[in-house]
Amino acid sequence: MTKRDTIRIGSGAGTSDDRMVPALELAARGGIDYLVFECLAERTVARENQSRVKDPEKGYTPSLHERLRMVLPTCMKKGIRIVSNMGAANPIGGARAARQEARDLGLGDMPVAVVLGDDVTEIVRGMPHLKLMENGEPLESLIPKLASANAYLGADVVSAALDKGTPMVMTGRVADPSLFLAPMIHEFGWSYDDYAKLAQGTAAGHLLECTASVTGGCFGWPGVKEVQDLARNGYPFADAKADGAIAIGKTPGSGGRLDVMTCTEQLIYEMHDPKAYITPDCVLDITELEFTQEAPDRVRVERARARPRTDTYKVTVGYAEGYIGEGEISYGGIDAVARARWAAEIVQERLRLRGFTYEDFRVDLIGMTSLHGDDSRRPEPYEVRLRLAGRARERKAAHAIGFETRAMHMHGPGGSGGACEPRVKDVLAVKSVLLPRHLVKTEIVVEGGR
Amino acid sequence: MNVRVFDLAHSRTGDKGNTSNISVICYQEKDWEFLKRELTEERVAEAFRLIAKGPVKRHEIRNLKAFNFVIENALGGGVTISLAQDIHGKSLCNVMLAIELPNYA
Repeated sequence: MTKRDTIRIGSGAGTSDDRMVPALELAARGGIDYLVFECLAERTVARENQSRVKDPEKGYTPSLHERLRMVLPTCMKKGIRIVSNMGAANPIGGARAARQEARDLGLGDMPVAVVLGDDVTEIVRGMPHLKLMENGEPLESLIPKLASANAYLGADVVSAALDKGTPMVMTGRVADPSLFLAPMIHEFGWSYDDYAKLAQGTAAGHLLECTASVTGGCFGWPGVKEVQDLARNGYPFADAKADGAIAIGKTPGSGGRLDVMTCTEQLIYEMHDPKAYITPDCVLDITELEFTQEAPDRVRVERARARPRTDTYKVTVGYAEGYIGEGEISYGGIDAVARARWAAEIVQERLRLRGFTYEDFRVDLIGMTSLHGDDSRRPEPYEVRLRLAGRARERKAAHAIGFETRAMHMHGPGGSGGACEPRVKDVLAVKSVLLPRHLVKTEIVVEGGR
Repeated sequence: MNVRVFDLAHSRTGDKGNTSNISVICYQEKDWEFLKRELTEERVAEAFRLIAKGPVKRHEIRNLKAFNFVIENALGGGVTISLAQDIHGKSLCNVMLAIELPNYA
């Protein structure tokens, strides 16, 4: 395969629920060489691990089927290679599902390179002394309720999977920016000593990992920050050159907006110390970084810097943490807020009388206090929606919150309306530990082909 | 005169675990020094007192005419166990934008 000097990497998903059509538009009209689908939130792998326990074929991102049905014909026709973490808790299962979609679409036997090794559940199970990053306590107490433990792998192993030459690379947990850096390392042979290039590629990946959040989504404000045609918002791509030059663009003819302002918001998003954004590939420093508007909807990225990667992988540990129950009911008109507050007291008293206890409990007056706290200086709204939520060990206790809230129709203050059905969801919580790199054994397996 | 952060800057909120990070990005270069002087960690902690226990740490990103405020213990224990409706705290940038600052010339 001849090496190129420039590649274009598109961003096709920033979450498993992201819009799908803009990815097809990017593949069809964006002139991209690679299409990356980033579909894993912090706890998604823990959730998918439970699916795999129920059915060993499952455990990959459920939206994989619909997503690939939409883009595979175009990607295969144009030779666009796909990189995705939709393998979630079962990358082999994800690869097999992708291959089946290709067969069903009449695209033949599509080999898929699979990245394995992020699942470190059995390794951390034997390391109860590992310290939780959140509170410094030992992992030990979580081990009995452990649902999953996955290391954020880096671009090195994804790049090695791309070296296999398959149309698709399927992974489980990989750091989001690393999915985008991997094609650059694969194409240009960047070394892990070349911090300037790793920095540029990592910054590009971070800008792309939330798709439309860099192209005008999560940004607009009427009269202040105008964005055109948000209903047809386009997804972004990065043009990466072998020397580390990066420019960000978006699907030609799409809606949205891509400029220095949108790029700056997305660059700082989910970052703590701007001198030390830690990925498995490097420690990125954006304090000297510069954005330049090169052309409409095209921004150049320069002077990202980095220090060497750390000798640990961050591992997300998922564990069962009881149930969250919720109930809601509305109050409007004269004394709406006073009646809602009274109902909240009655429901809580009722839950006490029934003997339920909660590890955490919350009362919201939606329209007044639910987003930014209960500030008595705020004016009272015409109507409020009362919401009560609590976390409990017992499912029954969680369910009782919605039950007793709904009962306010019959047993509460006058003039309520529109209670919802009691809601209960099981809680998969996550915490993090650092695991020495040498304990994580990665492996690449090719499904299909010769 | 008094001025709101909203008048000088734009903002976005991110989340990691139980920590919220909120950017403050000046529309105009000239306002960065003013915000550096007036939009202190103490003022931000006060504005977020009903929401976050803190502490609040401010990072300067002069080159991007921006700041990054990192607010700990801000998300009801974190996205996976929070009882809030806005579990990611994505709306919290609005609290930052509403902060009023004195002495704007």
